[in-house]
Amino acid sequence: MTGPFRTPTGGRIDRTRPIAFTFDGRRYTGFQGDTLASALLAAGVKVVGRSFKYHRPRGLVSAGSDEPNALVTVIRDAGRTTPNLVANEVELREGLVAESQNRWPSLAFDVSAVNDLLSPIFVSGFYYKTFMWPKSFWSKVFEPVIRAAAGFGRAPTAADPDGYAQRFVHCDVLVAGGGPAGLAAALAAAESGARVILCDEGPEFGGSLLAEPAATIDSAPAAQWIAATLATLAAHPRVTLLTRTCAFGYYQDNFVALLERVTDHRAAPDPALPRECLWQVRAAQVVIAAGALERPLVFPDNDRPGVMLAGAARAWVNRWGVAAGARAVVYTASDSAYAAAHDLRSAGVEIVRILDLRPDGGPATAVARAAGLTVETGAGIDRVLGSTAVTGVVTARHRADGTTAAGETLACDLVLTSAGWTPSVHLFSQSRGRLRWDAARATFLPGTPHEAARSAGACNGTASLADCLDEGFAAGAAAARDAGHGAVAARRFAATGTAIDIGGFAGEAPHGGNRDRTRAFVDLQHDVTAKDIRLAVREGFRSIEHVKRYTTTGMATDQGKTSNINALAVAAAATGTSLPAVGLTTFRRPYTPVSFGAFAGASRGDLFDPVRRTPAHARATVAGAVFEDVGQWKRALCLPAPGESEGAAVAREVRSVRATVGLFDASTLGKIEVVGPDAATFLDRFYVNALAKLPVGRCRYVVATRDDGFVYDDGIVARLAPDRFHVTTTTGGAARVHALMEDFLQTEWPDLDVWATSITERWAVMAIQGPQARAVLAPLVEGLDLAPEAFPHMSVATCTVAGIPARLFRVSFTGELGFEVNVPADHGAALWDRLAARVAGHGGTLYGTEAMHVLRAEKGYVVVGQDTDGTLTPDDVGLGWAVGRAKADFVGKAGLARPDLAGPGRRQLVGLRVEDPEVVLVEGAQITADPAPPPGTHALGHVTSAYASPNLGRGIALAVVEDGRSRIGTIVHVPMPGGSIAATVVAPVFWDEEGRRLHA
Amino acid sequence: MILISCPWCGDRDQTEFAYGGDATVQRPAPDDADPTRWFDYVHTRDNPRGSHRELWFHAFGCRQWVEVTRDTATHAVAGAVLAGLRVGEGETP
Ligand SMILES: [Zn+2]
Repeated sequence: MTGPFRTPTGGRIDRTRPIAFTFDGRRYTGFQGDTLASALLAAGVKVVGRSFKYHRPRGLVSAGSDEPNALVTVIRDAGRTTPNLVANEVELREGLVAESQNRWPSLAFDVSAVNDLLSPIFVSGFYYKTFMWPKSFWSKVFEPVIRAAAGFGRAPTAADPDGYAQRFVHCDVLVAGGGPAGLAAALAAAESGARVILCDEGPEFGGSLLAEPAATIDSAPAAQWIAATLATLAAHPRVTLLTRTCAFGYYQDNFVALLERVTDHRAAPDPALPRECLWQVRAAQVVIAAGALERPLVFPDNDRPGVMLAGAARAWVNRWGVAAGARAVVYTASDSAYAAAHDLRSAGVEIVRILDLRPDGGPATAVARAAGLTVETGAGIDRVLGSTAVTGVVTARHRADGTTAAGETLACDLVLTSAGWTPSVHLFSQSRGRLRWDAARATFLPGTPHEAARSAGACNGTASLADCLDEGFAAGAAAARDAGHGAVAARRFAATGTAIDIGGFAGEAPHGGNRDRTRAFVDLQHDVTAKDIRLAVREGFRSIEHVKRYTTTGMATDQGKTSNINALAVAAAATGTSLPAVGLTTFRRPYTPVSFGAFAGASRGDLFDPVRRTPAHARATVAGAVFEDVGQWKRALCLPAPGESEGAAVAREVRSVRATVGLFDASTLGKIEVVGPDAATFLDRFYVNALAKLPVGRCRYVVATRDDGFVYDDGIVARLAPDRFHVTTTTGGAARVHALMEDFLQTEWPDLDVWATSITERWAVMAIQGPQARAVLAPLVEGLDLAPEAFPHMSVATCTVAGIPARLFRVSFTGELGFEVNVPADHGAALWDRLAARVAGHGGTLYGTEAMHVLRAEKGYVVVGQDTDGTLTPDDVGLGWAVGRAKADFVGKAGLARPDLAGPGRRQLVGLRVEDPEVVLVEGAQITADPAPPPGTHALGHVTSAYASPNLGRGIALAVVEDGRSRIGTIVHVPMPGGSIAATVVAPVFWDEEGRRLHA
Repeated sequence: MILISCPWCGDRDQTEFAYGGDATVQRPAPDDADPTRWFDYVHTRDNPRGSHRELWFHAFGCRQWVEVTRDTATHAVAGAVLAGLRVGEGETP
């Protein structure tokens, strides 16, 4: 025995394999095959959680994933701590450690239970009403206290060490749900030869049959039929069987997401296995066989531990060998609960009375009476006695005139309730299928599907076991046929078993209590009562979506699986309309909670985003580089000598480039080779510059805009041959520029014969910059004269450098004499070695991106995306000279012609000079005309780049300022927390304005 | 996740594509002097409910721009053709 409530025999548990576990620090024992819920129930644990708002003690209600109360945290270690698991979905394993949630300091004594006494303030919309004043109290007092006291589980404190897998699969027929209908559907589809995936959220297939061992199919016990069916399916090579796998999300075009729990049920998981696997299934056809969910009846104090669904109690006794109590009162509005009463009585539970809300009961009533059970029809429960556990109920007798008379007090420790069953239309509704209202049975059922999907079995409103099997088989056969497979002979099943009763009752059951005072819970997980919903309606909320948000009914982690229909019915009664007129709230994905790990899959840590390294990365590392992330690239920010600070290194690098020479790894630059008879025409249209007549062997600095006329990217276009161009882009812009080129080539100018190929990773690029650049490079170059007149600024040529075939550019982003050597990527490191040695020999330096930024800012060269922000034209940033206005067409020509892009008031690139040379302005700081601008003052612009310039011995800044060029010589102000800083507007070039050094 | 039938690659998941906007917008002729037509081309987009021709870039596939006819209310994809390239030459993959 593993507890006082374990039955002597029965159930699908393995009584030879006891399992030790702890719950809230106490040790218990269960059996292999138990869930945490069934093991706790067997041990007599009644209270498994505290409620969200009122901290009322709560017990188990359902045996499935729809359980609203029993949310637990399962702990393996600090990183393997999973909150908000439903106790029914936690399979018992040796050493399992679980804790209840939402209680402090303990379940038995919970300080916040005082909330229960304060319940008048926790009415509908209490968040909006109670804590509005004083305002400061909200963030300092109310919110922290409420959040600490009310809330679900806590996030783990350490990183999750487990792996999560993702699989992408196609199949002909996906069957979601492995109960009788799903098994029959899979069988039919498999026989047709289709690729089939059958999944079920539970640890074994069988669905409702697992809780009904007396059922028979084709004259065999249900368990035997399940085993035979699974053996048949397993023998089909094209069938995939997935247990512990919930189809939680149905997306467009039959894309269905399944979550498989791979190792949580294992005591010592194989570390090679992922914890969970996210299956992303594209199915030609889907059969939804999701079953139905039992509805509880709503009556005063129906949340007391020991009040549970009749079907759940039946499942616990039949499947897990647990009698949930000793003396039970059954309260029902459907025939289904009678089956539970019979089965529990067989297990030795005293059935004190069956209270049937229906005036004359149902077909099962006479059967029960004949079997010796006491049934009272037209009766119900007025209230429940007991607080931490049910001790009894006070019955109610409903008269024909609608009034209720007090009944008698019945002692019991268990109340089984059933209002009927709700077909689980969640997946169908997620697939955008239309639901229809079945007036006869008062339920929503799948109507017109939107996707290639069929519903079969209880989720389709089908009640009897035989009908579910027949319908499932037919659906599987039809799905396989529609997926292109052969016909399967129709099959009828002979079966005996309990039919689910779909009709029954919805809403708050009649009782004699004061409906404005008594608390009849609709949503147990979010603590929403029937009177809360009525209050929301009284306060003017009519749309069910508004009522839902105001009361938060159905918005907890269970998404109101057991409560939504009751909530709708209460709202319908309060608004004086019918349930279908109120309508349904949206069924949202996921059906049950999914861990972040499953969605992230392998996209974690180093694999979260690709890391791109240049061919000389290892060399820079050895040289002491400090790297920064530029998009996906790792770039050397600076290369400090041992003991040197980063700031000192940058200053040294900047000075050294101006004084002697520097070597810079520019391999991350985007590179696109544009080839074809029409390549020149294309580039002439793509960039604002006039490029059609660019001579072979020459480069041009180019600016790209889109048709809106705003600067989009910049770079160099180099003509290698009449039909071949080597184009560079910014590091970050490479992909989007290439995509834009393809856009225009494919959609606007398909007549142009041009190929644009990304060659970013094909070439390593080393920039040699500084007065000694030619001296460093020339001895390594063969096949080219580097003399100024032979190879002037903005030249390009092919040659060999250090014996490596190269494309050599004479270009500069520093304002110094400069070259950029492009060699095939495999030779990048070798080239670096040769150049670094020669640079060192000339007293030069290696430099990084920060020095590059200072050098270019000293020259007023813009960085697209730093000095521009997507609202600036070429002219705004001083590049109006680049625009080939005489061209017939280019991307951006029409945009730039808009009067407001050329008129006054444009923000223009300027330099700022602050009197105090020590002051370096802050990038992003606003610029105003007023030194002490009051709040709301219009800003003239902002600082875009600011550095300490070692060469000038002072701070320098670039900024965009309204009409900036006409403000040169005037004073503007940069308001900062420590006071406004006055700055003189100057031209944006601080170094070698004539450009002599560039042309040296 | 919608399924797009790329004329080059066949049925592919939406995640392989980048959305490229309204395919019905025509870039005015370069010599079109009417600024309103250029303004409409650059800035004005309809937001129709129902069938819509739109451009998708098969970024993680053939890197071709395809023109997809999609119902904006239901996401149903009616078809996809090459956007411009070589269609005029009668050459199809
Ligand atoms: Zn493609």
